[in-house]
Amino acid sequence: MATEVTPTDGVELPSSTAAYGIDNPAPVIEPPRTRTPRTPRATRTNFELYGWLFMRLSGVVLVVLVIGHLIIQLVLDGGVTKVGFAFVAGRWASPFWQGWDLVMLWLAMLHGGNGLRTVINDYAEQANTRFWLKALLFTAVAFTIVLGSLVIFTFDPNIR
Amino acid sequence: MPAGTLYRGREGMWSWVAHRVTGVLIFFFLFVHVLDTALVRVSPEDYDKVVSTYKTPIVSLLEYGLVAAILFHALNGLRIIAVDYWTQGPRYQKQMFWTVMGLWVLLMLGAIYPVLGHAARVLFGS
Repeated sequence: MATEVTPTDGVELPSSTAAYGIDNPAPVIEPPRTRTPRTPRATRTNFELYGWLFMRLSGVVLVVLVIGHLIIQLVLDGGVTKVGFAFVAGRWASPFWQGWDLVMLWLAMLHGGNGLRTVINDYAEQANTRFWLKALLFTAVAFTIVLGSLVIFTFDPNIR
Repeated sequence: MPAGTLYRGREGMWSWVAHRVTGVLIFFFLFVHVLDTALVRVSPEDYDKVVSTYKTPIVSLLEYGLVAAILFHALNGLRIIAVDYWTQGPRYQKQMFWTVMGLWVLLMLGAIYPVLGHAARVLFGS
């Protein structure tokens, strides 16, 4: 299932196909995985639909969280020059900013992980290659989410 | 190239390509960024040492590139949502693409001083 619709330019389409128009710019393509009597019933879920929906919902939230993060880290109070252990300690003293960073970490990793899953599915043609690339991706995403969450929750401003 | 693709160039395809490329770049940055932030659990000195490299002119330029990638991905992502959910979205996808590019240029101009100002002071004196 395509994750992004890229409507094509109406004027570029052949004029012989009267079904095309500005409101119907794409030619009809048969579904690549039409159900056959041999299609196993149990493997068909709405996972891709929920993945598609998650990309849009998390995307909207991430626009706010990430641009806020960039403004705080790179623009306000001298930009990147102020960033250091003391600055991190000051921000994570507040549960609000801990929560901000935790939600941003989870949503960004899951959004990026699902995006890379789509990229792997698109370009890795061998089933084996797809499997191992996605295994590596899943490991990296799980590792990063666990590590980041532990760092936020176990942060100790008096470590030294 | 797999058979049956619908690459047709123009704004629709190139915004899709740029969305992919910026998305992959941001993902790899995020992975490294969580690792460097994890140094706060090692020691304040190690964290500050790594972050000090982020204040050098070359890395500041990379940060400007990161801001460019994130702003494009964010603005074009909102355009994709409009194409999907707004009934007139597919009709105006080109206009929305050029709106995205216009906003992106304005924001990138606005980001020059905050992101690159420190690098300029290091290089040319304050």
